[in-house]
Amino acid sequence: MALLSVQNLRAYYRTEVYGISRIVRAVDGVSLELQRNEIYGLAGESSCGKTTLIKVISGTIKPPLRVEEGKVHYQFGSFEIDMLHISPEDLRRNVRWKEISYIMQGSMSVLNPVRRVITTFYDIVTTHQGYTDRKAFLGQVRAHISKLGLPPDVLNLYPHQLSGGMRQRVAIALATIFQPSLIIADEPTTALDVVVQRGVLQMLKEIQAESNNTVLLVTHDLAVHANVADRVAIMYAGRIVEEAPTSLIFNAPRHPYTQHLIRSLPMIGDRSSRASLPGAPPNLANPPGGCRFHPRCPHVMDICRVEVPEMMTLPGNQRVACHLLAEGRR
Amino acid sequence: MWKVTRDLFKYDGRFRIATVFLLAVLILAILSAVSPYDPGKTFKVPQDLPPSWGHPFGTSSRGQDVFWWMTFAVRNSLFLGLVTAAVSRLIAIFVGLTAGYRGGLVDRVLMSINDSFVVMPVLPILILLSFLLRGQLSLLMLAFIMGLFGWPWDARLIRAQVLSLKERAFTRTAVYSGTGSLKITLDEHLPFVLPVVFATTVNNMLWSIGMEVTLSVLGLSNVTLATIGTTIFWANQHQALVAGVWWWLAAPVIIAIILFLGLYLLFSSVNEYIDPRTRLRLIGG
Amino acid sequence: MRNFLLRYLIPRLGQYFMVIFLGVTLTFIIPRLSPNDPVERQINQMTMSGAHVNPEAVMHLREALTEMYGLRGSPFQQYLAYWGRLLRGDLGPSLSTFPTPVMDLIAGALPWTIGLLLTAVLISWFVGNLFGALASYYPDNPLMRLIDVASQAVRPIPYYVMALVMLILFAYIVPIFPFSGAYPVGTRVQLTPQFILTVLKHSALPALSLVVIGMGSWFIGMKSLTSNIISEDYVVYAENAGLSERKILFSYIIRNALLPQITGLALQLGLIFNGALIMEVVFGYPGMGMLTLQAVMANDYSLIMGIAIFSIIGVATSVLILDLIYPLFDPRVRHQ
Repeated sequence: MALLSVQNLRAYYRTEVYGISRIVRAVDGVSLELQRNEIYGLAGESSCGKTTLIKVISGTIKPPLRVEEGKVHYQFGSFEIDMLHISPEDLRRNVRWKEISYIMQGSMSVLNPVRRVITTFYDIVTTHQGYTDRKAFLGQVRAHISKLGLPPDVLNLYPHQLSGGMRQRVAIALATIFQPSLIIADEPTTALDVVVQRGVLQMLKEIQAESNNTVLLVTHDLAVHANVADRVAIMYAGRIVEEAPTSLIFNAPRHPYTQHLIRSLPMIGDRSSRASLPGAPPNLANPPGGCRFHPRCPHVMDICRVEVPEMMTLPGNQRVACHLLAEGRR
Repeated sequence: MWKVTRDLFKYDGRFRIATVFLLAVLILAILSAVSPYDPGKTFKVPQDLPPSWGHPFGTSSRGQDVFWWMTFAVRNSLFLGLVTAAVSRLIAIFVGLTAGYRGGLVDRVLMSINDSFVVMPVLPILILLSFLLRGQLSLLMLAFIMGLFGWPWDARLIRAQVLSLKERAFTRTAVYSGTGSLKITLDEHLPFVLPVVFATTVNNMLWSIGMEVTLSVLGLSNVTLATIGTTIFWANQHQALVAGVWWWLAAPVIIAIILFLGLYLLFSSVNEYIDPRTRLRLIGG
Repeated sequence: MRNFLLRYLIPRLGQYFMVIFLGVTLTFIIPRLSPNDPVERQINQMTMSGAHVNPEAVMHLREALTEMYGLRGSPFQQYLAYWGRLLRGDLGPSLSTFPTPVMDLIAGALPWTIGLLLTAVLISWFVGNLFGALASYYPDNPLMRLIDVASQAVRPIPYYVMALVMLILFAYIVPIFPFSGAYPVGTRVQLTPQFILTVLKHSALPALSLVVIGMGSWFIGMKSLTSNIISEDYVVYAENAGLSERKILFSYIIRNALLPQITGLALQLGLIFNGALIMEVVFGYPGMGMLTLQAVMANDYSLIMGIAIFSIIGVATSVLILDLIYPLFDPRVRHQ
């Protein structure tokens, strides 16, 4: 049984300003399953709906975002939950941080600027564990951060006194203090420089290896996925176009969009220039019909303009949504 | 411009109320042109009559028709507000643009003076000034003097706007393509600065008309002239409330509230419209 | 620590002296730009009221007044002398209650104004900010919507008109509060519980008027600040982490949104002080505002000068105190 299964999920933003109403179809028919003990990578350009998908998965849906259709189902060890119908109080008490924790995009500013690091730990620990005495609490936090290789003095500092990498490590330490079943990491290394990135990713990998939980790693950076993820899904304009084990997706991509992404990666020793794709990602308020990639696809056919391609499962656990496969031409 | 006004009117309740209120006040001011009474003359009508068809706002203890007197009062107060706003806008735009574009030492010195004016209590200084000039202070002079004190808040806003414009990509593009800085300012930046200037104009009128009320109530303006403030001054002089001539005080108070609410709602409606976050929602961010 | 001094403390002190320098210079220049010679004006006023004044006495008076107004010597010498007297705390004698020093009159009025202002500002700041944050956090709450509409309606009304409306409503139509003054005429000023109660009852209406207007503006400011803070990463993170609503609202949202409101208080203090002066005039409350009205009525030039200078220094000092308190609330300023 998968840890998380998402079925045919549609989540739209509906806004109305000065009489102009808009529907942004940020997530439009996404299905995926996360297994226990894996690092699942989710890739895609900015504003392809990755962040919206995470919001729904983590149960932080707020207007103008609305789920129109679909299922988000979790199976934690002994109990299961339906994320779209759980009561907020139940979610807060039993799921958040104990089962699902979150490392945010822009983690640089996830720490309250007027609170010391230790106070943020205190807020989170007392919320989910009840009030413990000060000494036991300090012991617990010190043990946790020293296991992650963080110096104990960070606890007494304010966020602005920490470096970017250190802040991200603190965020990871906060997210893992209760050993949750699922850690959602949204662009965890985007704002960091390369050397620090390596350290942070290493830390994430070690934590996963040790506690055998699931990590949903979201980033547009394919190099990160290549290094860390077990499986990778590629998102384009609100839909998943391809999903496969990491080595398969990098060595034998099937969807034209994935192929383009992989081809545009820099390779050591390869000096040929990279072909760029014509056009830009579609505006999700007014996406093209049929396959959303068709206006930019080098292999576009008539059917692509009218019909949304079905997700097909190929050998080797590879899933692709493209009419080319049905045509059998590739 | 027309489209913006129409959109605001259609979708923003505040803007609708503001339009109705301000139109009412404006019509009142325009009516002063056909007034049968000269506001400078007293005892033209019977004293202390309550509101009736002949005298919609009643008559005062000075034998004046309160309705027609108010038409002049509103006209003069609006005039004062507009002149003050014009004078202080000139200073605010000059200081804001200079500080924003020059930057460095010029910016620091100007902003330091600016902030000093922001925290300084202007009222005692204005009282001192109008006290010394008592009797010789025409409406235009008063407007001018208030204009000299009414700019610092808005200079800061304009400066902030310029600073953000300077960082935008299109400015860089224009600079690298060799466009002169004056041309950039006029062609590219003015359209962004003008809405801010408009919003601050409305806010500044609120401030100056309110200040005039205060100075008049203290008897420090030219009380022979009809303004919202001097109306209250005369009503107080004749102890209108104690004498039961409540309409003499009610008329300026109610009209002032309508005028101030109208101006404020217009300000906040326009302010929200020019707020970049609203714009972002409009174009779909 | 050095950084804190250089980046925070010294600029604030510089600003403080700048305000006082500009303000004092303005009060020095304004009378000298005015077409009226204050000495002649004063003499005219005295000779007009008195029946017979001999020319020699007028000469003496002119000498004395020129001395008193600091009109001797070149403008620069006058300016230096002006500063000299100010630094000694000498604002000269009041003309209408000669020879009581202006300083004594101000000292008598000041505690009333400070008491009124402090109470009104503290109440309106706390309540306005609390409600503003709540209104933004619970946008569908009908009570908060009502306060929102009321704040929008009250905020633009000038202090004077507001005071008048409050006076008519609560002392004239529904007489719950006394009409004017801080205590009934003839009461002895003393520190008995009874007297304090009387003063509180009399101060309620002016304070309430100040609170209502102040609350409206803090409410509106806080509402928009909070709506910005709500989408800050650390708030979204705290929600994801499952912290309780109370904790998020108070320790994460309000705690951070209040910081700009402290600075806002420092910036608004001049305006609020103006408002308090007007309130006092309307309600006949014996503070700086009433003193100003008396000075205007009695043509007391030196008293008005003194009030203007004192107001500038007083407000600037309060702003400085707020600036000095601010780092206690913002660790980013404290540990740079």
